[in-house]
Amino acid sequence: MQELINRAKELLESGEVARVLGWKAGDLPYNPEPAYFEKAEDLKDFVYNGFCGANLSKYMIEASKLEGKTMVCLKPCDTYSFNQLIKEHRVDRDKAYIVGVGCKGKLDIEKAKKLGIKGIESVSGAEMSDACDTLTFQTIYGEKSCAYADAMLERCHVCKGKDHMIYDEIIGESRDTKDAERFAEVEMIEAMSPAEKFAFFQEELSKCIRCNACRNVCPACSCRKCVFDSTKFDSAQKANVDSFEEKMFHVIRAFHVAGRCTDCGECSRVCPQGIRLHLFNRKYIKDINELYGEFQAGADAEARGPLTNFTFDDCEPSIVAERG
Amino acid sequence: MYKIAKENLSALFQMIAGEQELYLPVNNNGQVNFAAWTEGANVDLDTLKSVKSPKDAFFPQSENLYTVTKENKKIKIEPEALKDQNFVVFGMKACDVKGVEVLDKVFLVDPVDTFYAARRAHGTIVALACHEPEETCFCKVFGVDAAEPVADVATWMIDGELYWKALTEKGEALTNAVASLLVDADEAKVEAEKEAIRGIVEKLPYSDLSLDGWNGDVLLDKFNSPVWEELYKPCLACGTCTFVCPTCQCYDIKDYDTGHGVKRYRCWDSCMYSDFTMMAHGNNRTSQMQRFRQRFMHKLVYFPANNDGMYSCVGCGRCVEKCPSALNIVKVIKAFENQGGEM
Amino acid sequence: MSIETNEFRPKIVAFCCNWCSYAGADLAGSSRLAYPADVKIIRVPCSCRVNPMFILRAFEKGADGVILCGCHPGDCHYTTGNYYARRRMTLLFSMLDYIGVENGRTRVEWVSAAEGVKFSQTMNEFVEKIHSLGKNVRLGDLRCKN
Repeated sequence: MQELINRAKELLESGEVARVLGWKAGDLPYNPEPAYFEKAEDLKDFVYNGFCGANLSKYMIEASKLEGKTMVCLKPCDTYSFNQLIKEHRVDRDKAYIVGVGCKGKLDIEKAKKLGIKGIESVSGAEMSDACDTLTFQTIYGEKSCAYADAMLERCHVCKGKDHMIYDEIIGESRDTKDAERFAEVEMIEAMSPAEKFAFFQEELSKCIRCNACRNVCPACSCRKCVFDSTKFDSAQKANVDSFEEKMFHVIRAFHVAGRCTDCGECSRVCPQGIRLHLFNRKYIKDINELYGEFQAGADAEARGPLTNFTFDDCEPSIVAERG
Repeated sequence: MYKIAKENLSALFQMIAGEQELYLPVNNNGQVNFAAWTEGANVDLDTLKSVKSPKDAFFPQSENLYTVTKENKKIKIEPEALKDQNFVVFGMKACDVKGVEVLDKVFLVDPVDTFYAARRAHGTIVALACHEPEETCFCKVFGVDAAEPVADVATWMIDGELYWKALTEKGEALTNAVASLLVDADEAKVEAEKEAIRGIVEKLPYSDLSLDGWNGDVLLDKFNSPVWEELYKPCLACGTCTFVCPTCQCYDIKDYDTGHGVKRYRCWDSCMYSDFTMMAHGNNRTSQMQRFRQRFMHKLVYFPANNDGMYSCVGCGRCVEKCPSALNIVKVIKAFENQGGEM
Repeated sequence: MSIETNEFRPKIVAFCCNWCSYAGADLAGSSRLAYPADVKIIRVPCSCRVNPMFILRAFEKGADGVILCGCHPGDCHYTTGNYYARRRMTLLFSMLDYIGVENGRTRVEWVSAAEGVKFSQTMNEFVEKIHSLGKNVRLGDLRCKN
């Protein structure tokens, strides 16, 4: 982290960048927030640890409109989103100085809390310099600990790898934390009967409170005005009036980013109700891979997306029924 | 003072539910929220905070107000019936109960909201003291005593037994209805539990938060402060904080075209949304900074100015836990503290 | 006097492209080829105009089945529109199948302006299929149902 701060200081002082986009220490040991730093002395609050899960590439949409360059800290998986945003002309590559920061898996404090760890006063083991195998919590109710991997975000268990797709320089070591199959859950659902599938999603989506956090955090959801915010649209974007609306919202939300979604997992990270929203996105990704060839959105900034492309001999929609 | 063993609770729930609707914290797919009790529901009294506050019981996220249908060539308007059945909300925490008090200030003053008033009149609140408060709690700052909830019935969970104390007439009535399951108990254990809870609350990191300088008199100073410009930046403009909050009370009224009629309903609104208070002329808050400011100014300045100093935050800490960008009301209060509040 | 009947009459929405399928429907009509009146045709400029929201919207408001008809691949009036529509609908139908909607409720068929017979056959088949699936209970807004 110190190396990162030093470099940020250098860049700010030399005037090469006008601001730094990173994370500011929170008031609890686990809640750093995305923040801009414009002066070198502000960097005293800069923090980078296992709790810095937010994908900062979306903030670059706004930062691209500002004067001067922004130094942005991107984790390996965040760089996919950044590439995708370049492809869509939503961020300005020339306005960004990308520091690829090392990542050893990011943490989900809710997972730790589900393990019965509460009243947290301090945490050790979340600093990225460590081996990242155990987290130790000092709590009001005594010392508790858990394995680092047990508190990791879902997305880190299906890590896309430790390589940054785009960067100006890299600071810090990364680690591939993959220990599960990316499509295992999707396959499990695909194997269910229609009635089971329906019951599964009905139950999962009945938790939705229509807060729109999944949409707003998504780096691929970058429309200036969302279709769900239209006043001419009689399905309210903010009311859970009927269970159908949640389904429609989530199917369409995921469809609008199909072929553009890098599977960064932000939607599942932010959902206050812990809905496994990536199940929708990954279904589209899996279908695209199977029907139109392997495709990883954001792996580069040029390739045509699968839904803005076609071949003459694409399969017919009836394949859905045929493959059962 | 009565008590009931934890293993008899399901019998208690069954007995209450036999007479009236019962809402309590239920774990559904890993998340605890208040829901109607059903046989076999996964009741969870150990999780401190439900994701959503229980304000739904009195002020549902969405409710139909009236239905318009066409009959022959006439238009028929049918208002939605008011709640006329008694119900019980079990397991609300002290902060949530205080949240209902805040809602009362909004909905029970003239003009009275009849839908809300009917639910309040028929609802009995059984509150549960917080056995183990967490680091995100700061109810003490807003004058809430986590150890002694003020509701129709107050309960404490101590060593596998639920201690039960009726505080109001409604509470007495409920106690009489379930008296066959309750046994007499003495207060000594409860007093000890209260002391223990208060001891923990003292140790919580947010308990020394100061609200100095937050009142109706500082309206313009706070409103015009440059601090907001910095504070709002990580905000994603989602509605999480407002939808999990026990005191947020803004709502929108919309029409739904069913194809053969119209349903007019109201649903929670969020000041974080771009169409909040949208009017024919457009929107009076055009930037996210203004919307963000609105939320905190409302809770800490406008509301106390209109309600004898009562804040419309109860310190439940749900926004602290749930904000995707780790922003929350505590950070706002602290930010002004650091600026001396005189900007 | 009306005859009371409990027989299930499905509501079918057919999105037809202006250049081929809508003309195909016309031809079916002028050739006196029968197809059920349960099919309500919505004319669209191109099959590519239909976005997934249209399909869900139809279900929301009470449709029991939705069919999209366009020019044969290669014959699109706008050259490539139906190729995009094909990918889009494949993914959408797969998603609907994934969330537990019976997959016979949605269909895509390519019908040219000369294929009046195919149009009427397709519609007859589709209506029959929806008859066998019965009322759509899994998709649709409850408020529209009563």
